[in-house]
Amino acid sequence: MMTAPDDRSSAKVLRIALAQCSPALGDVERNLEMHLRLIEQARSQQADLVVFPELSLTGYFVRDMTPDLAVEPSGAQISRLLAAAGPMAMVVGFVEESPRRRFFNSVLFAEGGRIIHVHRKVYLPTYGLFDEQRYFAAGDRIQAFDTARFGRMGMLICEDFWHLSAAAIMQAEEVDMLLCVSNSPARGVDGPKIRTAETYENICRAYAQLLGAVVILVNRVGFEDGLCFWGGSMVVGPDGQIIAHAPLLDEALALAEFDPLELRRASISTPLARDERLLLTIEELVRIKRQRYS
Amino acid sequence: MITMCYRQPIINLTINAELVAEILRRFIRNEITRAGFGRAVLGLSGGVDSSTVAFLAAQALGPENVLAVVMPYKTSSEASVRDARLVIEITGIRSLQISITEQIDAYFDRFPDASQMRRANKCARERMTILYDQSAAFNGLVLGTSNKSELLLGYGTQYGDLASAINPVGDLYKTQLRQLAAHLGVPKPILEKPPTGDLWVGQTDEGELGFTYAEVDRLLFLMVDRRWRRAELIRVGFAPEFVDRVAMLIRRNHYKRRMPIIAKLSHRTVDRDFRYARDWGT
Repeated sequence: MMTAPDDRSSAKVLRIALAQCSPALGDVERNLEMHLRLIEQARSQQADLVVFPELSLTGYFVRDMTPDLAVEPSGAQISRLLAAAGPMAMVVGFVEESPRRRFFNSVLFAEGGRIIHVHRKVYLPTYGLFDEQRYFAAGDRIQAFDTARFGRMGMLICEDFWHLSAAAIMQAEEVDMLLCVSNSPARGVDGPKIRTAETYENICRAYAQLLGAVVILVNRVGFEDGLCFWGGSMVVGPDGQIIAHAPLLDEALALAEFDPLELRRASISTPLARDERLLLTIEELVRIKRQRYS
Repeated sequence: MITMCYRQPIINLTINAELVAEILRRFIRNEITRAGFGRAVLGLSGGVDSSTVAFLAAQALGPENVLAVVMPYKTSSEASVRDARLVIEITGIRSLQISITEQIDAYFDRFPDASQMRRANKCARERMTILYDQSAAFNGLVLGTSNKSELLLGYGTQYGDLASAINPVGDLYKTQLRQLAAHLGVPKPILEKPPTGDLWVGQTDEGELGFTYAEVDRLLFLMVDRRWRRAELIRVGFAPEFVDRVAMLIRRNHYKRRMPIIAKLSHRTVDRDFRYARDWGT
């Protein structure tokens, strides 16, 4: 029997609510009501954190509605949600209007009734069925942040998650939790699983193991112009095992419980973060930069 | 030691029919209810495409909320009407039979020299106006039944059978749609008969096109879905004339897949830089 130097063994099991919902396209008022209902349900289930998907206040194909749907993080709509969440932490996706009149695909993390961090989507997909760069400004930061109850947290939005560099930055940030919110449409129906769902599951499990962190994915459901958002939100432990898996295609408020001591156990069994050679990585990247841009 | 080399392309046209059916039932329900409706209307020919859509709609909305309209012309085969009636019986959907012979013949009495093509297109558009009128009476939306093979090859009548409010099967090649049909329980005689637009006596799609759906779907999959180039297709054995003919059909018929072009004058033109999803606000 070992005793930890500080008494981390008393760390509370965390209860995370995945709000796998189907936002109305371009109806912020209706979506606010939906958020308030789900926040209420999550609180009644004693959740410590409720996570809504990407653009949960607006829906996905916002296109020319973008400026009409944009809100400021300090605005009335988000204040209502902060008040409703109370002590419960919350992640909400929205179209953000910056003071410089730019529009971002953003996600906020709030704890204790105030916003701790806003991540602006960096990688705006503009290919195939996607057209995001036409409407949004790209974020220019990928940064983790400290929370009161969840340790160090990193947030990414959908396409960000597919960029290995974003995950590498989060590994260097030594996050305890990596959260991805998404609006991923179903493509590929030739196998036992929807292909995009399969890929997401692979990425979540790989990142969880490689970062020794909890990975939380919250993906929306419902349809927009024939696109089917597949849901399948999940929480993956640092050993790569799925702790909780919300259903495919259906709306759900899925609950996952996570014991933060699992992070300690994972870092003992697979100390990748300890052995990471950040300076080597930086030096190699600087070399590549010199060769490519000089 | 044996090394495996894959020189032939992997063309996987199999679908997970159960998964596809689940997505499509939800699609029909979602797109119809968000538009403020609960019912659907479709033209039922007795072919595999419209039969499949009838099965999906019956499961998605309940058979009492689906109206199948059977619209034979005097040259339509009796087997087509019989197969349509069989689908109506199995699914329990509502039905209406309206012959279009009288109005088509009344019109072409004035133009007796009209080509077979004109007559076939006129029949398709006559059926479309009936479907849209019945959809108003039934308070439902018109379901499209054109598959991906037909849409790409332009094998359909603009503002005729290509017209609909929503199309659940437009992203399935004909060979994929057949797998879905079998999964849903579409009767065997319908699955196995040669595809026909029933445009004139003895007409079949494959006879008119000059190739089978099985052949062209493999080519379309590589060309359209996988973006293979001409030389790459020929290298794996597709005949150059076949590749060129199909590429020409896709290009030449593109207008059928688009709304009319609007001459741009202002800063914001309806078909170009006035961009909203169709599900805007719902």
